[in-house]
Amino acid sequence: MVRVDGKGSGALVEIRSLDKKYRRGGEEIDVLRGLNLDVDTGEFIAFMGPSGSGKTTLLNLIGGLDNPSSGMVRIAGDEISKLSGRKLAAWRARHIGFIFQMYNLIPVLTAFQNVQLPLLLTSLSKAERRKHVEAALDLVGLTDRMHHYPRQLSGGQEQRVAIARAIVADPSILLCDEPTGDLDRAAGDEILDIISRLSKEFKKTIFLVTHDPVAAKRAGTLLHLDKGTLLECTADGQFACKPEDSGK
Amino acid sequence: MKFLHLVFLNLRRKRTRTALTLGSFLVSLFLFGILMTIKTALGSGVDVAGADRLVVRNRVSLIQPLPFAYRDRILQVPHVREATFASWFGGYYQNMKNFFPNFAIDVERYRLVYPEYKFSDEEWRAFVEDREGCVISPPLAKKFGWKIGDRIPLEATIWGGTWEFNVRAIYETDRKELTSPELWFHYDYLDERRAFYKGLVGWYIVKIDDPANAVEAAAAIDDRFANSPWESKTETEKAFAAGFANQIGNIRLLILSIGSVVFFTLLLVTGNTMASAVRERTGELAVLKTIGMNDATVLFLVMAESIVVAVIGGGAGLALAKLFTLRGDPTGGMLPNFYLAGRSLGLGFVLALAAGAAAGILPALGAMRLKIVDALRRV
Repeated sequence: MVRVDGKGSGALVEIRSLDKKYRRGGEEIDVLRGLNLDVDTGEFIAFMGPSGSGKTTLLNLIGGLDNPSSGMVRIAGDEISKLSGRKLAAWRARHIGFIFQMYNLIPVLTAFQNVQLPLLLTSLSKAERRKHVEAALDLVGLTDRMHHYPRQLSGGQEQRVAIARAIVADPSILLCDEPTGDLDRAAGDEILDIISRLSKEFKKTIFLVTHDPVAAKRAGTLLHLDKGTLLECTADGQFACKPEDSGK
Repeated sequence: MKFLHLVFLNLRRKRTRTALTLGSFLVSLFLFGILMTIKTALGSGVDVAGADRLVVRNRVSLIQPLPFAYRDRILQVPHVREATFASWFGGYYQNMKNFFPNFAIDVERYRLVYPEYKFSDEEWRAFVEDREGCVISPPLAKKFGWKIGDRIPLEATIWGGTWEFNVRAIYETDRKELTSPELWFHYDYLDERRAFYKGLVGWYIVKIDDPANAVEAAAAIDDRFANSPWESKTETEKAFAAGFANQIGNIRLLILSIGSVVFFTLLLVTGNTMASAVRERTGELAVLKTIGMNDATVLFLVMAESIVVAVIGGGAGLALAKLFTLRGDPTGGMLPNFYLAGRSLGLGFVLALAAGAAAGILPALGAMRLKIVDALRRV
C-alpha cells in the first residue's frame, strides 16, 4: 500500500510533515513542504515531476544521505533523521541500495571488485563475499564480464554492475535516481527489466526517480512531485486525488 | 585493512604524479641520511668523549703546542688522576688521497687514560718496545691490507720526509664510533727526528677523579700556567670535541635549517598531490560513503595513501643513503666515522611518516567532512 495523506501506520517507510529548505544566495528555497508518505514492503514507486521539484532530494532523505529541515523519516522502525553519522552509515549499508544515473563505478576496480565494495563493510569471509558477488553479477547477467574494468564495459553493462553493487548486500530498499537517463532505449529497457524483476521476484521496495514516462509505467505506483508536494497519478498520468484523501 | 588494496590502486591512477611524489620523498630522505651521517661523523668525538676526561691545549689555538714538562705539573693538580698527551703528525700513505689521522702518543700513559681501546698484552708490549712501532685501527688495517709486522712508510706534511713505522698492534673496541682509520706511534720517535718544536706536545688529556670536579680541576690547571709563555685552556673532552667539530660552522644549525626546508617543501608537494587526488575523486568518495563507509574509514583511506607514499619514498631514500655510506668515507679521511647510524635511520623514518601524515591530514579531513549530497551533485 502507498499513501500520501499521512494516515497510514506500520509501513516500511513512514514520512511525516517532511520539510526541506535550501539556502541559496541568501534566499531560502522550500524544496519539500509538509510531505507525507507511507510505503509498504515490496512496493515499486516512481517519482515524476519537473526539474527542481524535489524528486532527488526526497530520494536522498529516504536514503539517509541528507537531513530534513523538519519532519520525520522512519524506515523499518528506525527514525533515521535522528541517527548519528556513524550509525546512519551503518544503517545505509544494511538497508539501502543506490543506483545512480551516471553509474558511479570506481574506475580502478574491476566489475567484481566494484560489486564487492559494500560487502567489505560486513564481517563476511572472502569466500562468502565471492559467493554473494557472483550471485549478484549472475542476476544482472554479467558473470562473463566480472574481471572487466568499467572502461571496458558499455553504458548498459556499467549500469548493470551498479545494480549488482546495489543489491549485493541484500538491502530491503533500492533507490534509483534516473537509472536509464544516460542510456539508449534498448539498454534502458534492459535495466528496467532487471529493476522490475527485483521488485516482483525479490520483493524489493523500489523508489525510482525518472523523467521518462515509459520507465515510470514499470512502477506499481506513480507519484508526481510538484512544488514540494506529492500527488498520486492514475495510469494515464492524470492526478487522481488530492494528497489529503489519497489512499491505495 | 580490507580497503588497503584500494589505497595501492589509487596510487597507480596517476603514475607520473605518484612517481614524482615518491621521488621527492626519496631525494629528501636520502639528503637527510647523508646530512645525518656527516653530523655523526663530525660529532663522533663528542659521542665518544669520556665524562671524566679533560683536554688541555694552548690558550691561543689548538695548533700551538704546550711543553712536554707540563705533564708532571698537571699530575700535581687536585682531582687529577692521570695525564697523557698526543701530537698531530699529519702524515699520509703514498699520496694525499690516502690521508688518515695519525698521532704521536705518550706510550707510557696513553693506555691508562683510554681504557676503551683493547690490546693483547703481547701486542702492546711489542709496540712499547719498538721505538718505530705503531698501533693501527681495524678499519685502517682493512683499508690497506696491513697486518702485524708490516713496515709502513708515511709522508710527513709538517715535519718533512718519509717516516717508516712497524705495525705492532691493532686495537679492538666494542664501540663502532671509535673504529675510525687511525695510527698512533711513539712520541719519542717524533721528538727525536723532527727538526723543530722539540720538547713540545700537541695537547694533554687528563683523567680526573669525578666528572663533578671537572670545572674545578680545569680552572686549577689553567691557573697553574697563567702568565706563562704557554698559557693553557682546559675543557671537558666533550666540549673540546664539540668545539673541534664546530670549527667548520654550526653543523647542527645547518642540518636543522636544511632539514626544515626539505620537510616544509615535502609537506607542500605531498599536500598538493593529496589535495588534487581527493578533488579528482570527490564523486567516488561520495559513492563509498553512500554504500555505508563511515567518515573515519574515509579519513583512513586518504591518510593511508599519503603515508604509504611517504613510507615507500622515504624508505627508499634512507636505504640509498645507507648503501652510499656503506662505501665508507668519501673524503679520504676527513670524515673517518662515516656511517648512517640506526638512530638516524629511525629518525628519518619517523620524519617521513610525520611528513606523510601532516601532508595527508587536511585533504583527509576534507574528504571526511564531504557531504554526500553536495559531492554527488558535482559528479
